[in-house]
Order: sequence, then C-alpha cells, then structure tokens
Amino acid sequence: MIRLLFAALMTLATTAQAETVRLAVTTSFQNSGLSDVMLPQIKADTGLVVELLVVGTGQALRLGEAGDVDAILVHSKAAEEEFVAAGFGTHRREIMYNDFVVIGPASDPADVTNQQTAAASLKVIAATQAPFVSRGDNSGTHKKERALWQATGLLTEDLGDWYKEVGAGMGAALNTAAGLDAYILSDRASWLNFGNKRELAMLFAGDPALFNQYAFIPVNSALQPHVNAQAVATLENWLVSDAARAVIAGYTINGETLFTFGAP
Amino acid sequence: MQMKANLKDVRVKRRGKTILGPITCDLDPAGITIVLGPNGAGKTTFLKVLHGVERLSGGDVSWNVSDEQARRAQAYVFQSPIMLRRTVRQNLAYPLQLIATPKPQIATRVASWAAKTGLTDALDVSAPRLSGGEKQKLALGRALIRDPKVVFLDEPCANLDGRSTREIEALLMKATADGTHIIMTTHNLGQAKRLADNVIFLLDGQIHDRGPAPAFFAKPRSPQAQAFLEGDIVE
Amino acid sequence: MTDIWAGLASAFWLVVSLDADLVDITLRSLQVSLTALLIASLIALPFGTWLAIRRFRFRRATIAALNALMGLPPVVVGLIVYLLLSRSGPFGVLGLLFTPTAMIIAQVIIITPLIASITHQAMRELWAEYHDLLISLNTSNWQRIRTLIFDGRRALLTASLAGFGRAIGEVGAIMIVGGNIDQATRVLTTAIALETGKGDFALALGLGFVLIALALLVNFAIHVLSRTEREGRW
Repeated sequence: MIRLLFAALMTLATTAQAETVRLAVTTSFQNSGLSDVMLPQIKADTGLVVELLVVGTGQALRLGEAGDVDAILVHSKAAEEEFVAAGFGTHRREIMYNDFVVIGPASDPADVTNQQTAAASLKVIAATQAPFVSRGDNSGTHKKERALWQATGLLTEDLGDWYKEVGAGMGAALNTAAGLDAYILSDRASWLNFGNKRELAMLFAGDPALFNQYAFIPVNSALQPHVNAQAVATLENWLVSDAARAVIAGYTINGETLFTFGAP
Repeated sequence: MQMKANLKDVRVKRRGKTILGPITCDLDPAGITIVLGPNGAGKTTFLKVLHGVERLSGGDVSWNVSDEQARRAQAYVFQSPIMLRRTVRQNLAYPLQLIATPKPQIATRVASWAAKTGLTDALDVSAPRLSGGEKQKLALGRALIRDPKVVFLDEPCANLDGRSTREIEALLMKATADGTHIIMTTHNLGQAKRLADNVIFLLDGQIHDRGPAPAFFAKPRSPQAQAFLEGDIVE
Repeated sequence: MTDIWAGLASAFWLVVSLDADLVDITLRSLQVSLTALLIASLIALPFGTWLAIRRFRFRRATIAALNALMGLPPVVVGLIVYLLLSRSGPFGVLGLLFTPTAMIIAQVIIITPLIASITHQAMRELWAEYHDLLISLNTSNWQRIRTLIFDGRRALLTASLAGFGRAIGEVGAIMIVGGNIDQATRVLTTAIALETGKGDFALALGLGFVLIALALLVNFAIHVLSRTEREGRW
C-alpha cells in the first residue's frame, strides 16, 4: 500500500514536468475527433502538451475568466468579443470554421429538407410540433440555435413539450435525439463523427446563417499571472501555421472535410 | 505495600433505585475475601465500586495510594469472561503491552502464565473458541499476569464443571500464597468455605455482617446471615 | 442486445491487446481511488471507532450528521471542491484544479463519511463486548481505539471496500474537478461518459466491463488476503 502511494505521488510529480497548456475547448472540437490527430502533431512540432478541458462554450468562458485554463477555443462570436472586451482574454484569433446542420429523422415529418432557410426549417418543425432536442447548456451551438429561433419570431419558452432542453454536450444531446427520433441542431463535425446515428440523417445545411467560426483566445496573463503566456503564444502560432492548415484540411470522415482552416 | 481501601458513605443509585449503600467502612484485604449475599444484594456493584469502574451517586472510595497506582495494582475478572478476538497468547500479552513492557519480558511471562493456567498447548488458538473453563482460566491468567496487589473476581466458577473449578481454586490459592489479595463473589457456599479467609455478607446493598471466615461460618451474628448459610431464601 | 455483445467483445479486445490507453486510464483510476481510500481510511477508521467509544454532548448529532453526509451528492461535492480549488477560489494559488490531486480530494470527501459510518456501526458492537475489560485495564482512549481497530479489522475491511466501490465508480465529482483531460485526469468512469457522448457505445460498455472486473478483482483479492491471514493465525 505504501509503495503504491509512493508510486502515485511520483506520477503526480512527473505530470507537471513537460510544458503544458491547458485549453478549454467546445465539445464539438473533441467529439469531431479532430483533437485526436491535432494534439499529437502539436506535441511533435512544438513540444507542448495541450491538456483539453472539453466543455460548452459558456463554461469555457467561465474557466477562462477564473483563470483555470490558459486559453480557450470556442465558437460564439458575440460572447467571445464580450470576453475580450472585459479584459479576460487578450485577443481573439480565428482558427477554423465549418457550419451547423439540422439533423432529424430520415422520414422528415416536418419536411425540413425542402426549406430554403434555417429559420424556415425551424418554423416547420414548430408547426408540426415534431420533437426537437436543444442542447440547453449555454454552449456555442445552443447560442446559435437560440439566435435561429429568434429569427423565426418564436419564443423558446413558449414552444411546448416537443421542445426538449437536455442540458448536455453535443454527443449526449445527439444520443437523446437518436433515441427520440427528434430534430436537433449540430455542428457538422460532431455529426459526421457521431457513432450512434440510428434513424437520424442530415436534412438541412448551407444557409449562411449556419456559419460556425472557431476562435482562439489567450487568457489575459496580466490578470492571471500563472498563465504561461509564452507557451500560449507558441500554441497560437502553431494553430495559424501551415502545419495546422495541413492537419485541419486533411481531417476527413468518409471523404468529407469537417473543418476549413482560417476564416472565410 | 499493603493496599487498603476506605469507603465513605458510598451510594450507587440507578433509575432512582438504590443498588448499593450507604456503605462506610475500612477494607484491609488479606488473603481471600469472599463477598456473600443473595441475588440482587449488590455484590457485583460492590466489587466494581472497589475497582473504581462504577459511577457513584454519592460518597467516596479511596485507596491508600493514588487512583492511578490503585488501578494499576488491581485486576478484575468478569462473571462471563471477556475474550479479545485474538489468540490466547495475544490475550495474555495484552495487559503487559498496555504498560509498554519490553517484548522479551512479555514472552517469558506469557509462557510462564500459559503453563500455570494449563493453556500452553492452546497458545495459538483463537480465544473466543476456547471452552468455558479454558476461557475463565485465561481470564484469570490475564488478570494475574501483571502481578496485581488486588484481584476482583465476580462468580469465577459460576458455570464451570468440577474439574475446572478445582483448577481455578488452585490458581487462586497459589496467587494468594504469592501475596495477591483476592476479593471475590460466589454463590457456592462450599467454595466460600474452602477459600475464604474473610467474609463480607451483603444484604439489600448494605454490609450486613463481616469478619474472619471461621467465626462467620461457625456463628453468624445476624439471623439473616444464619438463614443464608442454612440455605433459606433471604429477602 | 447487439450493443451489449459488441461491448463485451470490445472489452475483451481491449484487455487482450493490453490497449495502451486502457492501461493508462485503468492505472490512473486505481491510483486516484486507492490513494483516496488510504487517506479516507486513515481519517475514518479512527474517527468512527472514537465515535463508538466516546460519550460526549453532541455525539448523537455528530452521528446523524455523519449518516446524512453519507448520502452527499458527489456532484455537489465536486462543485464545491471545484470552487475552492479554482484560481479565483480560496485555494487557487495551489494550482490543484484539474489534477489527480483534486480528484483525490473530492473522493476523500465523498467516501470518508461512508467509511466512518460503517466503522461506527461495527465498532459499537465490539465496544459493547470489550467495554468492561478495557475500562478495567485502565486503557487510554488511543489504546482503546487501537485495540478495537485491530480486533475489528475484518469489519473495517468491509467498510473500506464499500468506500473503494463508491470511489472507483464515481463520475460526477471527478468529472468536474478533474476535467477528464486525456493523459492527465481521465479515468475509467469519465472515459465511459466521454465515449457515450461520442455515441461509441461498444467502447463505453467495454470500459464499463473493465471497471466492473476491476472492482470485483480488488474486492476478491482483499478477501483472499484476509482469509489467508485468518487461517495462518487462527
């Protein structure tokens, strides 16, 4: 027992050795599988060990505010700009983008497939009262979804039982939607990498309103002196480098590219 | 040094009922003192009061040494022996370990007392698995192993067969010969007559009669003691 | 049903191939939970025993509080530890958030009341048996506690195992304070939550079976050890 404890303490001591950057990222970044190929490449190129905290955008911003992470990588422009304006982050750097898509049962009872805009597709779902799963966790995806509902003129509070806020990450919400044969808004990458699709299919995409930009924000080391600003800068430089472009562009699932490097 | 006790107006009450006292007396134990009396007379409580483990409702018990020394120089054997869930060897060693006796000395004393109590072959047996007689002998050995000045025994032979009773009595005689004073209760008048040097006769929580054994058994001073010795029911 | 078979097959392959990630995660699970168990036992065993032998004014209240703490929701513990260890919290300077140490702290808080409560119940019985003898021998409190712990060790083993079971299977608190960081704070339960989130039920279930096997193995090993000890001694 004593020896085990000693070994345990040794491991604790050694984990702090390599230079690490703690990065709060959105669930879509992890669930898409991109992090699994990107992190080893970062380690190889820069020697940095990036520790990922996979949370919703809302919580990621809170972690940055408290100084519990060194940087954040999220996708909710308005909230990000507020974060930087309040001085919690130094600046906002756009890294990559993809888009949101509307997922739903392949039978498509609300006829989402034939709509012209994202708002219109939500409207028909509301009209048929087909079940709809909302992230409900103040994440980037959730914020985008609420903005879309706002565009339809409907209040999410008044939507009724068919509108289900699950308060969970992208994967868990997709699991729920799969179980209920419900509609759901997802980012494209998480959807493509999701393993439990069942009857679900991608029904609507392509509206510019569904654009999804990911940005990197270093936490302000003037406020949080323990933040390793130099390591964070190294990471940021890598994320906008050609090496990152190759990794992001090269990451495909079933021949489909999940993210596009930079900003449009 | 001779251990003497002084009891001043000692009382023990439980739930408003007086169990013992008031008792005021000097106790100068020598040899074997037998506490006699009918059931409910307060014999066990009396022993516990002398040992200092009973909460008093009034009065005071003092030995002619400090409380700490008194407790260290005493041992108590309960009516149903309490066995530590350990081996016989560990049970015997336990009182010595408590006072930080050096290990080699513990080993010698344990071996010696195991021999005296006839438990040498059972040293590595778990104590709770012993027979009733063996348990009582172990409890007695464990009480005597620290060479106490005074040992209290509460009905040590209550449920034992003749042979175990004889072995226990032999151990008690031996201990007395070695200078230990014994204060014990018993129901068995035969045993009382065999062992007693002094007798204390308790009735209704009070010392009704006391004195040297030969005189007490030959000519009890009170009619109740007389009746008790004759085997009548005494209330 | 197919999912369960796929999970079994996945568990089998993970174990047979000694998957590097699996080994890493499993060792971390053991490291965190066993360390937490050791610390919690060092606190809870003497404390539970002490509660059994001491009569003091707030004893009943303390025992009631202990039993209530036993049902402490791990998520709440996690949240509180998180807020305490956060850089903006009172212990932020220690930089412990999102480390195995933080997970150990949370687990110690969760399992200590459980172990102490079971200990108290077991020790109360033993104390009733030993009470007169230990009082008569004029033992100090500490000697009494040591004697009861030594002689009641098998009951205490059960108490500790209950604590270990709760620790190794716990997910809510360590997810919050550990952050489920790959290679740093990911353990079996948080990995299961993650794989479930990805919709990879086979892998999640596979990890689940490994977790169950691990809990059984530790229980079994300890029982075998305690039995050989018993036979050797008695």
